[in-house]
Amino acid sequence: MFSIIGKFFIFIGSLFIRRESSRVYWKRFIDECVSIGIGSVNIISIVALFIGAVVCVQTYANLVSPIIPKYIVSNIVRDMTLLELSSTFMCVVLAGKVGSNIAGELGTMRITEQIDALEVMGINSASYLVLPKVLAAIFTFPLLAILSGFLGIMGGYLAGTLSGILTPEQYIYGIRFSFIPFNVTIAIIKSIVFGFLIATISAYKGFNTKGGALEVGQASTAAVTNSCIAVLIADYLLAELLT
Amino acid sequence: MIEIKNISKAFNGRVVLDDISGVFKKGETSLVIGASGTGKSVLLKCMLDLVQPEKGKVLYDNREFLNQKEEDKKDIRREMGVLFQGGALFDSQTVHQNIQFPLDMLTNMPESEKKDRVEFCLQRVGLEGTGKRMPSEISGGMKKRVGIARAIVMNPKYLFCDEPNSGLDPLTSIKIDELIKEITDEYKITTVIITHDMNSVLSIGDYIMFLYKGKKVWEGDSQTILSSDIKELDEFVFSNHALKKLRG
Repeated sequence: MFSIIGKFFIFIGSLFIRRESSRVYWKRFIDECVSIGIGSVNIISIVALFIGAVVCVQTYANLVSPIIPKYIVSNIVRDMTLLELSSTFMCVVLAGKVGSNIAGELGTMRITEQIDALEVMGINSASYLVLPKVLAAIFTFPLLAILSGFLGIMGGYLAGTLSGILTPEQYIYGIRFSFIPFNVTIAIIKSIVFGFLIATISAYKGFNTKGGALEVGQASTAAVTNSCIAVLIADYLLAELLT
Repeated sequence: MIEIKNISKAFNGRVVLDDISGVFKKGETSLVIGASGTGKSVLLKCMLDLVQPEKGKVLYDNREFLNQKEEDKKDIRREMGVLFQGGALFDSQTVHQNIQFPLDMLTNMPESEKKDRVEFCLQRVGLEGTGKRMPSEISGGMKKRVGIARAIVMNPKYLFCDEPNSGLDPLTSIKIDELIKEITDEYKITTVIITHDMNSVLSIGDYIMFLYKGKKVWEGDSQTILSSDIKELDEFVFSNHALKKLRG
């Protein structure tokens, strides 16, 4: 266990030594932002909209009481979305999409000797291949978290108003009621940390793949499960630290 | 010239290479042969520093390679070209981009010069007009040719080929062998080929090193290999039906 953690930190350290020129990284960074960020917009939008809608419906169903004002439903949708759904839940989904993609890509490059081809040219393959992915994840995950938060609240609005749970005015009042702006900051900090964890863990698993196609599949699975566990542990630690 | 001295390597206590030494001369096509699992590819990876041997030295024109700092190794690495078994082309790049990649990463050449150099290499391996295709759109033999083009694009002094004929039909194999031989002679490169293809051994082997269970048991050339009296080599060479018939 300690040996694996040690190797993981050595791997992270190797991303920052013998780097290529910034021109090379810039192009790769943009490519990775498109792949990780724009490539995840659809799935994040669908998940956020529906989760927001479900939270609204479920909250209403469990809070039927004449003494509880209806705007509390949207109040709960807002806080749940900002604090957990737009960051943690979204990152668990992204661990599946982005994490498996990174591990699969690097694992395939490893077993088809593409990484060896980079090494014999004197290129630090870890830095060249992984650093742009990590930076792109750190950059795009907060943007996806903001999008997810917005769409989650919109999902709640649509579900709440179209089904007659509450009026648009009640929903918007609940969204504004006792709003703590720092919750948005928490969501952004969380998504940055989770982006780093998912990208590095998945890259580590993919980069160290040995064997053939079977092992690439195993690396992808391990990348997703390990990333999810790391995200949940980090979520707890950040909740303790930030709230 | 590449010199290897007393290379030994073991994985989990199992000896894969046992005290291998040899000299691969400039302008010659040197072949490392042996059955599967005898350590040929590990020897190549030791020479390229992709695997660290427990013991031994690799000298490129009398320059020690393995024990250098990574920064100092770069100069020698720039003089190497490697053709990997499957081509090792980057899937996300076109054929042209694959060949241009070493120029982009390791030189400050102007774009127009890079383009000319890539076109020249494509022409040299007989693949004019294929630059825009993706690796997934070309055949196995073409991938090998693109791999060779990428290996020679930096004008290397040392060319390494890991089983260049694997997975190819006999005719394409012969063409690839001829191409490697031509390039070696034309540019006076030190070429090291890992193979178990007897056609290659007999047609392009200027120097041949035979490995058996991690040990070097024979070295010579394509003229003397058929008359060797070493049992292991004899079994390997005459495992081929055509050669068996030839021997009678």
